[in-house]
Amino acid sequence: MIEIERLKKIFNVSGIPRIAVNTIDLSVRRGEFFALLGPNGAGKTTTISILSTILKPTEGRVFVDGHDVLQSPHLVRQNIGIIFQDPSLDDRLSASENMDFHGRLYGLSRPDRLKQSEALLKMVDLWDRKHDLVRTFSGGMRRRLEIARGLMHHPKLLILDEPTIGLDPKTRRTIWEYVHLSRKQWGMTVFLTTHYLEEADSADRVGVMDEGILVAVDTPDRLKKMVGPEIVVLGTDIQSMEPVRNFLENQIGILEIHLGSEGEISFPLPHGEYNAINIVRKLPGNIRSMTIRKPDLDDVFIQMTGKNMSLNQENASPFHRVYRGKL
Amino acid sequence: MTVDILKEEEKAIDIPAPLIRDARAIYTLWLRDVIRLWRDKVRLVGSLIQPLLFLFILGGGLRGRLPNGLAGTSNYQQFIFPGILVMSILFTASFAGIAVVWDREVGFLKEVLVAPVSRTAVVFGKVLGGSTNSLLQALLLFGLFPYFKIHMTLLLFFESVLTMFAIGLAQTAMGIALSARMSSSQGFMVLLNFIILPLYFLSGAMFPLKGLPGWLSIAVRVDPVTYGVDLLRGILLGAHHFAFSVDMLALGSFGAGMVVLAAKLFNMESPGL
Repeated sequence: MIEIERLKKIFNVSGIPRIAVNTIDLSVRRGEFFALLGPNGAGKTTTISILSTILKPTEGRVFVDGHDVLQSPHLVRQNIGIIFQDPSLDDRLSASENMDFHGRLYGLSRPDRLKQSEALLKMVDLWDRKHDLVRTFSGGMRRRLEIARGLMHHPKLLILDEPTIGLDPKTRRTIWEYVHLSRKQWGMTVFLTTHYLEEADSADRVGVMDEGILVAVDTPDRLKKMVGPEIVVLGTDIQSMEPVRNFLENQIGILEIHLGSEGEISFPLPHGEYNAINIVRKLPGNIRSMTIRKPDLDDVFIQMTGKNMSLNQENASPFHRVYRGKL
Repeated sequence: MTVDILKEEEKAIDIPAPLIRDARAIYTLWLRDVIRLWRDKVRLVGSLIQPLLFLFILGGGLRGRLPNGLAGTSNYQQFIFPGILVMSILFTASFAGIAVVWDREVGFLKEVLVAPVSRTAVVFGKVLGGSTNSLLQALLLFGLFPYFKIHMTLLLFFESVLTMFAIGLAQTAMGIALSARMSSSQGFMVLLNFIILPLYFLSGAMFPLKGLPGWLSIAVRVDPVTYGVDLLRGILLGAHHFAFSVDMLALGSFGAGMVVLAAKLFNMESPGL
């Protein structure tokens, strides 16, 4: 469904070239649910903008459903639906006018528009508000309307750019129900960008992106296995952190050590080592606690890039941070 | 229940040919602009106020002070009437440009730009929508013609409507062309003031073109709006400075040039998106 070959995008920011996407290769199968995971500024939205023909590649080739985004942008656009990171509704029109307008732009006949509009507005629970101006809608209602609108022309590929930012957990859940329902209905391919780990977790495959580079692409399970079988989190005090780190690095040979705040040290258990206690017993310093858990995609990101993704989210809404904190 | 409804839609949706789709898109964008104006009664009525002030306060005040028979019209107020119609068109047409920048700010423009519609069709739809809106508003003022002792015939009416639509088209296209690279509506309004006011004051809407000082007479000839005002005044009052053919040629080439420019700019990648 998607073929990206050596894609490069360079922006000119007041004369200074800035590389937003640096030579990525990617191929997404028909019907696949693919998630692009990475912090803000990683180049996710740029990649999506090129897929949706808003931006043009500087170098490389991109095909959507066999159509070149440069040669035949029309055919690409006819086959994709996009839910943008920022709202893109006309708030001076009603919900059903927004749907109708979209249907017209995608060449749907009047009976098709009416039928699709009714089915989808009912699906997203906005049927009884169809004549209300979008201005009067809450953020969650607008998002649901955008999902309904994006699905109206039965896109072969649905592109979702951080679709659930700033939404409450219930709305996030329902939005995913709609998307998965449509995947089942007509085998739609889904291309998602997100920095919610649990959203990426449910994808068929995850691409980890950082500073314009696609660092890894694989199933969530295999990515996590690459980190190690388990993650060990130690609670120590500030004075013990350096000696513990030195010991782990030099004596055990663990390189992916992450020092957290308040004396927290985490590292993946090395392959072939099944007993974390064996390691911890030998450690110098004051070890107060030890937790062993399965690696998540955040650990994958830390290992791939040496950075903690959650620390890189200045733009996330306050709600988003609170929600993540509770997980 | 929802699932049942969806299952019926599994069959593919018919997609029309690109040309038909573009034609439909032009109609859709036009329809949206007209619906929005119709809902916005404040804008519809409010934009009449400025032309009315010019017409009745400035025009009424100067009417007795300036000689009658100015450039072949019966009095100053009658003389500026066509110019005031153009003023209304000029300001509402430039509003179409602001609306594009506003659509970009609120994100709606993206919905249009990722739709399977050519950028040229988007420009045509916006230009037609904007010029229809400016024509509708000008027609509200046009209704004052009996006050200015204009003898209306069906032919005169059609000629005036056509001229006003052509002026609106050219000015909307200019507004849309200017909006192509702008991402802030406030900045755009400042830019418009820098462009619209000189265009208006130089157009001869408020003064006759005969006997102007040398530099001014050159500036007036450079201003494309001049020819629209002259044409409309010629049609409505029988008083014109240039030949109709010159007026129509100037207006037509300016309008066509602006439409082409707007389409060209919109076909380029817009970085502000």
